[in-house]
This record gives sequence, C-alpha cells and structure tokens, in this order.
Amino acid sequence: MKQNGGGPSQELMRLVIVGHVDHGKSTLVGRLLSDTGSLPEGKLQFTKDICDRQGKVFEFAFLLDALEEEQDQGITIDTSQIFFHTDKRHYVIIDAPGHKEFLKNMVTGAASAEGALLLIDAYEGVQEQSRRHGYILKLLGLTQVAVVVNKMDLVDYDPEVFYKIKTEYTEFLTSMGIEPRMFIPVAAKVGENIATPSEKMKWHEGPTVLEMLDQFEKQKPKDHLPFRLPVQDVYKFDERRIIAGRVESGTLNIGDEVVFSPSLKRARVKTIEAWSVPEQPKIATATQSVGITLDEQIFVERGEVASLSEEGPIVSTTFDVNVFWMGSRHFEKGREYTIKLTTEEVECEIVEFKKVIDASTLEPLEGQDYLVKNDVAEVTLRTKRPIAFDLFGTIPETGRFVIVDEYDVCGGGIVTTYSASTDKDKLRDEVRNRDFNWVKSNISSSERAYRNGHQAALVLFVGESGVGKAKLAKSLEEKIFKDNFQSYLLDGRNVRLGVGADLEEEKSREGEPLRRFGEVARLFLDAGHILISTTNVFNQEDHSDIELIIDPCPLIEIHIGDKAPSGDFDGMSLTLSDAKNEKEAVNKIYSYLKEKKILTGHNYSI
Amino acid sequence: MADHLDALENQSIFILREAYKKFKNLAMLWSIGKDSTVMLWLARKAFFGSVPLPLVHIDTSYKIPQMIEYRDQKAKEWGLNLVVGQNKKALDEGMNHEMGRIVCCEALKTNGLTAVMEDKNYTGLILGIRRDEEGTRAKERYFSPRDKNFEWNFKDQPPELWDQFKTTFAEGTHIRIHPLLHWTELNVWEYIEREKIPIIDLYFDKGEGKRYRSLGCAPCTGSIESTATTVPEIIEELRNVTTSERSGRAQDQEDTYAMQKLRAKGYM
Repeated sequence: MKQNGGGPSQELMRLVIVGHVDHGKSTLVGRLLSDTGSLPEGKLQFTKDICDRQGKVFEFAFLLDALEEEQDQGITIDTSQIFFHTDKRHYVIIDAPGHKEFLKNMVTGAASAEGALLLIDAYEGVQEQSRRHGYILKLLGLTQVAVVVNKMDLVDYDPEVFYKIKTEYTEFLTSMGIEPRMFIPVAAKVGENIATPSEKMKWHEGPTVLEMLDQFEKQKPKDHLPFRLPVQDVYKFDERRIIAGRVESGTLNIGDEVVFSPSLKRARVKTIEAWSVPEQPKIATATQSVGITLDEQIFVERGEVASLSEEGPIVSTTFDVNVFWMGSRHFEKGREYTIKLTTEEVECEIVEFKKVIDASTLEPLEGQDYLVKNDVAEVTLRTKRPIAFDLFGTIPETGRFVIVDEYDVCGGGIVTTYSASTDKDKLRDEVRNRDFNWVKSNISSSERAYRNGHQAALVLFVGESGVGKAKLAKSLEEKIFKDNFQSYLLDGRNVRLGVGADLEEEKSREGEPLRRFGEVARLFLDAGHILISTTNVFNQEDHSDIELIIDPCPLIEIHIGDKAPSGDFDGMSLTLSDAKNEKEAVNKIYSYLKEKKILTGHNYSI
Repeated sequence: MADHLDALENQSIFILREAYKKFKNLAMLWSIGKDSTVMLWLARKAFFGSVPLPLVHIDTSYKIPQMIEYRDQKAKEWGLNLVVGQNKKALDEGMNHEMGRIVCCEALKTNGLTAVMEDKNYTGLILGIRRDEEGTRAKERYFSPRDKNFEWNFKDQPPELWDQFKTTFAEGTHIRIHPLLHWTELNVWEYIEREKIPIIDLYFDKGEGKRYRSLGCAPCTGSIESTATTVPEIIEELRNVTTSERSGRAQDQEDTYAMQKLRAKGYM
C-alpha cells in the first residue's frame, strides 16, 4: 500500500458510505481501494485464499469485513475505517452498516464525516434505509451528499431505471432540504464508473465516483463564527491555573475579556498555554485544544462555555430539538435522561412531543407520544438547571447533543429553536442581555474585593415575622462596617418607596417589585458591597429570581427559626434556631461569612 | 492555517482530557513502541508538561533488551509513574511462544495486563492502537467498554458521535480509551519528526540493512530490510511501501481471525 504516494496534498477528507443493507456499500469500498492501488500487498490474494478455503466466491466486500461474524453473515456489522487516496488528497472512508439493527453504528460513522455517498440498488430501488439514512444525514448536519445508484449491471445499464430512481429520491431529499450533488450510475462489482468512466453507460454525463469525491469541499474552520470555548477541565498541576478546552468556533486573543455562561463570570485572558512549542501562542482558533489562564482567579468549572463579552450563547432550561433514537427502550415522557451538550451534562426530561416521525417514510405518527428505536421526533426538552448552547443553525458544535438513558448513549439531536417560554426564561434572557451590554468599569471586581477585604455578596434574612430579623440585620451591618468593610442595609421597603414609587397595584403583582429590588441590589454588588436585606415580601421562589438577577454574586440566606429552609435553593445558607442572643447570632453569621471566604480580610489576595 | 498533524493532535488531546476528567483509576499502557510513546508525548501536551497518570508496561520477559533500557531511562528523565506488570506464574510454568503464539500472547500479555489492572484497581486503560493497523482495530471506538472479564463485545458497541463518548457504566465495566485511533502509521512518524520525539533506536538501521517496523517480543518480532537511519528516511520509505505494518508480527499470521480472537478476550 502506498500510504502517501499521490499528490503533494496532505489534506484528509472523511467520507461515509451509507444505504440500505445489501445495496453494495462494502463492495464499493473494496473496489475503491483496489482501483486506487490502496490495498496492502498480498491482501487481495490473502482474502481470495480465505474465500477458497471457506468455499465462497470472492467478493470485494470481504476485503473489509475483518470480523468473523461479518463474513459469516455477509453483512457489515460495525463501521470500519479505510484509508485511500487519489491524486488530489487522502480519504478515510467509513463503511457504515445498512442493516436497520445497526443504525447506531451508521450514526457513529456518519457523525464525523464531511461528505457522504448514499447507495441505492438499481434493481431494488429506494428502500426503507435509503430514506432513513438520508434523513439522519440531514439531522447530523451532513448535506454534502452524492447518490450512487449501484448494480446497474443487474438492470442491463438501463438509463430509464436510473432516471426513475433519481426522480423519486430527489423528491425525497429536497423535501428535507438536502440538495444532492449528483446521481451516479455504477456497477461496483465490475468497476463501472468507479475510477474510470463506464463504456457501458456513456449516457451518464456526470463524474465517476472518484471524480465526485475529489469535488467535495473540505469543511472550513469555524473561525469566523462567535467564539465558543466549552470548559473541559481546570488544571492545577503547578502554579498555573489552566482552563482547558477545545475552541469550537471563533478566535481568542490574549487580553480578550471572556464571559462564562451560565455563570456570567468574566475575566481577561492572561496567557494561552502550550507545552513544547517553538513559541507560546498568542491566539487560539477553532478546533484547537487549548489551555488559558486568566487575570483573575474566578471559579469556573466544566460545562461552562466561554464567549467574548459581545456575543454570548443562549442560556436556558427549555428548548426545542430534533432527536433520533437508538435505544431499545422508548424515549418517553416522565422519565429522566441525561443530556450531554458540549462538556455539560445535566438531567433532562421531555416537556412535549411536537411531532413523531417514521424515519423510513417521513410520515408523522399522529398521536404517538413516545419515540421508538430508529425513529425521529421534534421535542421540547427541559433541563434540571440552565445550560449554555447555540442553535444548530448558528453554531453546529454547540447546538448538538446526545441523550443518555441510564448508562448508554441512546439518542442524538440538534437544537432547532429557542424562545423564552416561562417567566424564568424571560427574566434570564433579560439579565443576560443587560450583562452583555453592561458598560464596564476599568476596575475589576477582584480589585475591588482586594481593596475592600471582602467579596460582594447579598445576605438575605429569612424566617417568620417577629423573630427579630430586622434587628439582627442592622447589628450585622454595623459589625461589618466597624471592621472597616463596606456593608449596606437594603430594605425592600426603601426600594419600594423610591425606585418603585411609580408602580401600580396591578403591575406589582407581576414580579416587577422583585425585579427592581434585584437590579438595585445588583448595582450595590457591582460596587463591591456586602448587601444585607431583611425583606420578607418575597417567597422562596423569588429568591432564585433574585439570585438570577445578581449572578454571579452569591446570595447567602440566613434562616431564623426551626423551620427548615424550603424550596430547592442550593446556594449558601445558614440556619439559626433563634435570634434571642443578638450578639452571639451576629458572631455566628460573621464567622460563617469568613468561613465561606466572603470576608477575607484586608490586603488578602483571594 | 492548521495542518493535518495539528488536527490529529487536537483531537487526541481532547480525548486524553476527557478520559482524565471522566475516569478515576486510569492508567496508560506504554509498550515502548513509537505509538504509545507518541501518545505519552500527547499526554504531556494535554496536561502542559505533567503526566498525571501511571504508565503501565507489560513485561513478557521476552522483550528486546534495549526496550527495557530505554523505558527505564525515559521514565526517570520524564518523571513518570511507571508500573511494570508481569505474569510470573505463567513464566514460572515455562510459558513461551513455542507453546503456541496466540496462547503465549494471551498468557503473557492479556493475562499479565489483567493481573496488573486487578492489582492496582485500574478501571480504565489508555492505549495507543490505531484503526489502520489491522481489521479489528478499524472497528474500535475511542471509548470502548470491556466487561468484567475484560471481554470486548464488538457486535454491540456504543454509538460515538460528535465527541460525546460513553462515560457512564454499570459496576464492573472496564473502559479502554484509544486517543490515537484516527492516526496512520505515517502520521505517527510525521509527528515524531515534527515534534522531535526521542524514539527508541530499534526503529533505525544501524548499518546492517535492517530495522524494526513494529516492536514486540524478540521471538515473534521480525525486522524488515531497510537502510533508514533517520526519521525522515523512515517517512520516505513508508510513502512507498506496499506491505503492512504488522507483517513482522508472527501472531497476526497464526490464524485467519487471530487478531479478532485475541482482541475479543482483552488483548491490546
């Protein structure tokens, strides 16, 4: 095998060959290998010898079928990858099984391909998997497709047969928005129109299969799209704190300000790290696995997505997707799944099935509210906590995902649309929009924290009325102030008196007072204060809204009373059984704030 | 503009980092050959100079002596956490290739590996296999589960798309991770050349007109006729060869399905 004979180009293109079982995929691949001189020496003879020994007629497909079972059954079970080259470039062909049972293997092969050959048997015509595979290619975002009509020798190279298939299948593809590059009539077994133009099908004016492949275009790097770096891990092997990840799109320069979503934490890029390189990189571009250090020690973790401050991803819990299902258990409502999108992993559930489709016919399955293996559906998903993503149409890499059922990857899909459907989504959109457009000061929050000796935080007293929250809040403010820290008591009533004076009764029921309180709090927090509030007017649900508005500053709940905190608030909280001994209670809170590194002390670097 | 080696490198680094993040008790298999040495180099790239994983070498006792020398020297120089595994029981009982190459490979390599994994409680192993080496490896996944007996069910492999790998498992499952799966033999050498990786010199001709193309145990690994003394010369040679890389590895030729049989039972 001449591994690199051919042309000067080192360019490698990944191709997948799909189609209905027995339509001749492996034969085509075997023929391509043989006709381009890409087989290892002796491989052809070796395979022929095995066939002799086993009493079988040699077929080109056997060149690929390494697994004993595959040769016994005469069908490809798993995808296999074969390297070959033309004068133009190198190829990896992924031979994907056409049997319905092995759809997940076909998907595995097709997901990483840049171009596809879809095979249709001239004698059998368009079959179930021809359509299913066409649909899956579209879902995977693979639209560079050429259709190869194989086994023309079985229909006496009759152009009528070819044109009939071409018409029927073109109609199918265009209904999904795929424009096939070309239809090529071939006979892979005897090599017609594979590497050399067929003498028997002079009526075909288009290219051979090899010529077609050379016309496929390489995927362009996504450098021009908005910058996305999903955090893969954070390393502290030495004095450096390196945020590692792969740039999925866009470019990043040293000194750029990055914002992490969903947390909205931000910092500037100090260095782009690399080991054993001629010189340290100054720029990171799409597809690179990189590591960056930041000018501030902010806490970010795997699953967050870094973007530039002007163009962030969407953050939500609810969005619409197209899903294909490969699991033997149905995909259904009421069950919990895990969605893996970029480096984020979170539990999710189905809100509703918008449309369930039989992927072999594209017929909608009316009234069916579950998805079976090998079919596809349009679904609304809800995740347990907000995640950062883009629409597949905007940035494919951050708009696609897999679904894990228990231990297994059982589904794959793309995010098609998003519109804020709940009040929470709307509020989050508003907050993110405000944050991305915020005019930033030259002073960073960590500089303020260093000067102040504490982080900005909101301390919220919660408990039945009459337990002494107000008194305690005032004492806490005073104690913190006397230690030369910036504390401020922000009572909900004070906000309502001034900032909320224009609010009418009706409006005040729609969460507007809460929003205003949150935004005022946000200003104080941006200024670096420890903000203390006793407000009783908001319920637990509202606290998570306040948390959302002031993100990424922490909200610390202080519960007074025996009643355990309700709701699913998972931030910092401290429960005190009573506030009778005021001094003791204040000291406890004070210690808690130290313990949580809110109060760090002056001249202390956080 | 990124070239093809950059693309290979970036993908492998991504996989190594996923592996490191997702699995505890993970080890990397270092055969001392060019592939796993390149993989080790990529780990140092992925982790910015550190190698935060133990490196396991399965010593069959029949390895070419220079391999052991090179191993110990590099382990020291690069500060590696080296773990050497050996199936002493089988060796004491006189296991060697004359008892059957496949039997020997299974006893000394597969079982030697199984023992060290059980001993150290490793639940995952990173290996430098490549799809272009031979047919069954062509069908591997980047993240490939093995059952508690280390067996590979190649008929029911997890789907792998968009670099979302299978990282959750039932108790007792072992995982094999293959960061070099998409590389070719030529790519490996081109990368060694670009990165100036100090590879063991058994790959080079020392004036006798022969060199090793693939490294294994001394009795079952043949050298090839070649006068290549440098990496660029090997690259030039590979561009024009027509024999397969593992043609010098006797166990592959033992039986039509030798590799499939070995690998289904946990061979590397």
